[in-house]
Amino acid sequence: MLTIGLTHYLIVGALVFGLGLFCVLTRRNALGVLMGVELVLNSANINYLAFARYGTFSYDGQVFAIFVIMLAAAEAAIGLAIVLGIYQTFQTIDLEATETLRG
Amino acid sequence: MEHAVHVDYLRWIVFLPLVGAAINGVTGAAIQRAAGKRAISVIACAPVIIAFGISVRAFLQLLELPPDERLMLDPLWTWISVGTLKVDVAFQVDPLSAVMILVVTGVGGLIHIYSTGYMHDEKSYWRFFAFLNLFTFAMLTLVLGDNLLLMFVGWEGVGLCSYALIGFWYSEINNASAGSKAFIVNRVGDFGFTLGAFLLFWTLNNLGHGTLTFRELQQHAHLLDGQMIGSMSVVTAVTLLFFVGATGKSAQIPLYVWLPDAMAGPTPVSALIHAATMVTAGVYMIGRTNFLFSMAPTTLQVVAWIGALTAFFAATIGVCQNDIKRVLAYSTVSQLGYMFIGMGVGAYAAGIFHLMTHAFFKACLFLGSGSVIHAMGGEQDMRKMGGLRKWMPQTHLTFLISTIAIAGIPPTSGFFSKDEILWKAFSSEHGNPLLWLLGFAGAGLTSFYMFRQVFMTFYGENRADHHTQEHLHESPPAMTYPLLILALLAALAGVLGVPHSLGGANRIEEWFAPVFSHGGHVAHEADHGGALEYGLMLASVGVAAIGFLVARAMYLTKTLSPDTYAEIANGGLYRVLYNKYYVDEFYAATVLAFTMFLSRVASLFDQYVIDFIVNSAATVVRVTSWLNGLFDNYVVDGAVNGVAAVTMGVGGRVRRLQTGSINGYLYVIVVATVAILIYRVM
Repeated sequence: MLTIGLTHYLIVGALVFGLGLFCVLTRRNALGVLMGVELVLNSANINYLAFARYGTFSYDGQVFAIFVIMLAAAEAAIGLAIVLGIYQTFQTIDLEATETLRG
Repeated sequence: MEHAVHVDYLRWIVFLPLVGAAINGVTGAAIQRAAGKRAISVIACAPVIIAFGISVRAFLQLLELPPDERLMLDPLWTWISVGTLKVDVAFQVDPLSAVMILVVTGVGGLIHIYSTGYMHDEKSYWRFFAFLNLFTFAMLTLVLGDNLLLMFVGWEGVGLCSYALIGFWYSEINNASAGSKAFIVNRVGDFGFTLGAFLLFWTLNNLGHGTLTFRELQQHAHLLDGQMIGSMSVVTAVTLLFFVGATGKSAQIPLYVWLPDAMAGPTPVSALIHAATMVTAGVYMIGRTNFLFSMAPTTLQVVAWIGALTAFFAATIGVCQNDIKRVLAYSTVSQLGYMFIGMGVGAYAAGIFHLMTHAFFKACLFLGSGSVIHAMGGEQDMRKMGGLRKWMPQTHLTFLISTIAIAGIPPTSGFFSKDEILWKAFSSEHGNPLLWLLGFAGAGLTSFYMFRQVFMTFYGENRADHHTQEHLHESPPAMTYPLLILALLAALAGVLGVPHSLGGANRIEEWFAPVFSHGGHVAHEADHGGALEYGLMLASVGVAAIGFLVARAMYLTKTLSPDTYAEIANGGLYRVLYNKYYVDEFYAATVLAFTMFLSRVASLFDQYVIDFIVNSAATVVRVTSWLNGLFDNYVVDGAVNGVAAVTMGVGGRVRRLQTGSINGYLYVIVVATVAILIYRVM
């Protein structure tokens, strides 16, 4: 039997982080970017939880994860407000259209 | 004459006319507009008349002094004091200058008064009187100056005023040219005069007594004995150079050519400047420096011969002239010749005496001719006159008296002065019978042409056209009174010089003795009296009478015909005389041609050498500025533009960081974060 240890969780967390970073960096859709940001935040959550379970056993990590989820939610709300603003200005949420600050 | 009495009023004789000239010259136009010509007349005539009064006072004061001490000095200030040269502005009066100032202010005053009538219709009335006063000032400076330099200031000043007055009506080119001619010919003479002054001062300075003051020159003149320059004695050189100046100023051969042309000026000018005063400056100058001339017998000979030749030569020209003023002009040249004969044979007193009597009768003649011209409405050709004594009795009378005087007929003044000169010319140790002969012949011709003038103008049928005839009138009192006074003087002034041989006291010679007999070889009254003197006297009266009779026969009674003489040598003789021996043409062909040639050379030099240099300098400047422009364009502007280009280039590059792409920015953030982390871990 494969014993699921800390490492596995960290790897999952890293993968999720990478995937989230990849989304942030490459998606044209603004909502896709926000999804990527969520993934990154959640990867941090996974790390917290993993260390809370497998490191010095405590519930601090879990509490922190709840905070992060809350923060993610708040930040998503603001992010969506910004996407709404982008839509109002550019009539699209394709990030390639928001080049007006181009030098 | 070491003593000099110091007085303080002589300066006013000189300065009053200057004040008049200044007022009329600067503000004359305004005064004439505001107060009329009368105001100008008063401002102009008063100073001269007052100066005459002061001159009389000076004369009387001189009379009170013992004859050997008749010298009054009015020193004003030191003008030049450089090294050994010390020249003061100071005026001196001795018997010679006393006579001169009386003549200048007296005759000058009468002419000023005459001019108020003659120039009455002249618009530039004030300018005329300003110059007339200025002339009087300059002439008085000349005569009263106590040193050569001050005299020369006056000398130049009268030349300037002569130029200004001859060319008074300058809008006519002929008048302006005549003025220029007078000035330029005078300049030649002045050059000689200044060279003489330089040489004199230099020589005396080398001997330790450099001075230009007449008193000191007379004291130290003996030092010049034996001084040589080159192979000529210094005294001879100096006096010859002075005499060159005299030939210019006093119109002798070869520099007399300006005087006939000077008749272009108004007649009062001719009377004052070219008869009575300026032209006598040369004679006065010789009188003033007689102690030098007496040391140079060679020069005296030159003076006498030139005087005699001029006297005869000018008289021959005067015979054929038809312009009333030209006749008088040549007569003046001729009479000046007599004065120089007198100075040249050492008879200085006789020369100055003739100067004085000539001033009277010649001024009277000129003013009389002015009266005639005035009446004839500007006509000056005697062939258009005639019978004028009917209309102009006073002018006729005074003219006749003066003619008798100039012809040398006793008992008028002209007889005594001319005769004294002729006698001395014959008998003095410097004299020569040939000189006498020239003077004698000249006297005959003088009498002839003067009476010819009288008969053509005042007697016979009037040949003027009807229009002019209607306007014939005697001149106003302002013009006739001076004529009468001058005629009176011409008639009676002879009493001053009645020679001993005729029972007189020859006052004038005695009066001049202190000036002329100091250390000089003065012509002594060599065996005066005696048959020779009476004989010569009779001869000169006789030749004058012959001249009168011939003129009468030709022009009054018409028994002789002038044409017979005019036809001599196929009219050749007449043509030569009428054309003044073609002297002016000769000068034009030689001296003038040479001068024009020199001026052309100078102008070519100016054009091709000097202008070339100047233009080259300009070209250098242009090239330099072109180079500067290039530098400015390419280097300076290049630098400035380069900086801008670099900035733009860099900006262009840097601008590309701003993609505006959100994904791009995030990417950079991630990469940078990773890089920092790696760096921290390492």
